[in-house]
Amino acid sequence: MSLQFIVDGLLTGSMIGLGAIGVTLTYSILRFSNFAHGDFMAWGTYATLAVVSAIGATFGKVAPIAPLSFGWPLLVALVVGMAFTALLALLLDRVLFSRLRSQGQAIIVVMASFGASMALRSLLEFTFTSRPTYFSRAIQIAMPVGFGIRITPDQIALLLLTAVLVLGVHLLMTRTQTGRSMQALSQNAALARIVGIDVASVVRVTWVIGGALACVAGVMIGILVQIRPFMGFDMLLPMFAAAILGGIGSIPGAVLGGLIIGLAEAGAVQLIGAEWRAAVSFIILMAVLFVRPIGLFGVRER
Amino acid sequence: MDLLGYGAFFLTTALIFSLVTLGLNLQWGLTGLFNVGLAGFVAIGAYTSALLTTPDDAARLGGFGLPILVGWLGAMVVGGIAAALTGMATLRLRSDYLAITTFGVAVVVQLVALNAQKLTGGPFGIGFIPRPFGGLAETPLLFNLSNLAVVCVVTLIAYLALEHLARSPWGRVLKALREDERAAISLGKSARFYRVQAFAVGGAIMALAGALQAHFTGFIAPDNYLPILTFQVWVMLIVGGSGSNLGAVIGSILVWGIWAGSGTLTSVLFAPEQQARAASLQIVAIGVMLCVILLLRPNGLFGDRPRRPGKRAKVNAANSSSNS
Repeated sequence: MSLQFIVDGLLTGSMIGLGAIGVTLTYSILRFSNFAHGDFMAWGTYATLAVVSAIGATFGKVAPIAPLSFGWPLLVALVVGMAFTALLALLLDRVLFSRLRSQGQAIIVVMASFGASMALRSLLEFTFTSRPTYFSRAIQIAMPVGFGIRITPDQIALLLLTAVLVLGVHLLMTRTQTGRSMQALSQNAALARIVGIDVASVVRVTWVIGGALACVAGVMIGILVQIRPFMGFDMLLPMFAAAILGGIGSIPGAVLGGLIIGLAEAGAVQLIGAEWRAAVSFIILMAVLFVRPIGLFGVRER
Repeated sequence: MDLLGYGAFFLTTALIFSLVTLGLNLQWGLTGLFNVGLAGFVAIGAYTSALLTTPDDAARLGGFGLPILVGWLGAMVVGGIAAALTGMATLRLRSDYLAITTFGVAVVVQLVALNAQKLTGGPFGIGFIPRPFGGLAETPLLFNLSNLAVVCVVTLIAYLALEHLARSPWGRVLKALREDERAAISLGKSARFYRVQAFAVGGAIMALAGALQAHFTGFIAPDNYLPILTFQVWVMLIVGGSGSNLGAVIGSILVWGIWAGSGTLTSVLFAPEQQARAASLQIVAIGVMLCVILLLRPNGLFGDRPRRPGKRAKVNAANSSSNS
């Protein structure tokens, strides 16, 4: 068995992990599993793609940054896409989720997110058709780094980006007042209100972080694999499995869960075959639910 | 005559949908269990029955050439077992975990249907599934009407059985658990045990519906059981009103009418190469419809789910971080 699966697994794991951060935050702070999260990913990616082509139309062809397959337009577009996805999440919360939350039945919100997910995805299919597209069709040469492992410059850059983002969110959650408010709200909502935490703003920050990271994860998939309307929906099960494996509410847990699932998927692809890849997250999910339903870093609910 | 034939065909499909919706109503409407993978259970039923009843095929396991009724029974048993296992894994945990797990079940069933060629025929599916009135296929009208009659009878039996169950002591326990779990448990009812039962029976009904559909069309493929099926059935239940079996049936016919009607409309209005895109617009419309109904009329047309702004809402408000 070649060790290449480690690189593949870390990359898939980064995508899953970045998405799972949003899932775990929504679950622990807003208390529902958001089935539309995968579609935030896809919308963010298509928004980024649209901005890239808009820049291309205005400034002509821009040379990519030395070893990478993309240039500054993609970086600018990514920032715009992140903002767009965050706004989309906020908008959906405003018109749909917040109203249903105030009715008090958590599971209705889950159902609404399922409906919203279908609508969002089909809207993408309508606008961009279901044909896959790409940020760049250029083929990168993978560099050998020893032990039979090869890695492309894009992959290195994206792994670094993931590390920076995860560290940033972790610092935000542990070192800032906003982050501490978020943790307080997820641990004990009633008490958090009593000490005067501004619930509305915490909810907004949750959606902004979740949406922006979903966009990054989507763009990673877009650069390394392809862009399709279903790209996010197909990530939903791995993301949920990662969030539950890591322990709901834990950001390091979500990332670690994502990496574990990514590595397991890549290993399974080598051993069993790519067509069974999607079953890996289900098996891990079931194992966690039977053995340790609170996950690796979870806290028992009171 | 054509119109009558189409009417029978339409109603048959709608009633098969209402059978799935009845199963979902037992799980969600009566018991409050959230199943977003019902397409998986429908597929399990369809494939089980197809394997049991098709003539022997060298390319895959079986078919065993058994009578159709055995196929339907087998579908219910396997569907029920699959649902019971799913329930046992998740029902002691928070309700969201069941949602995620059922979603996973549907993904895995889809994967098996696509990849386990020896069992399911892979992407090409299974053909030559015996039809109850295959001999009448020469006269389509008679064929359609007899199919309709069979589906009507099965749906009616399921409807009456579910109505009876809902009023029985068993059904009252389920309702009690849905309304106030703590009180029901304090009366000595094992919440998990009853819920697993309800989930299993619901899964068996869904599987039966899948089997009916398989024998009615004579051909099944993985594409029949995509998440869109789950979504359609949910909209049917919500439109009809969760908790009401009558609502489930009427909601199914109504939503299937809207679906088929808008499908015909798009095929008339749009050029053939635009049809796939127009079809996705159809899904958008139904998705928006689901959200609007949840917002404006959460009880649907016939729902019995009481909205009590009293104790429970307060508890929930205190527990949840809701509301901005």
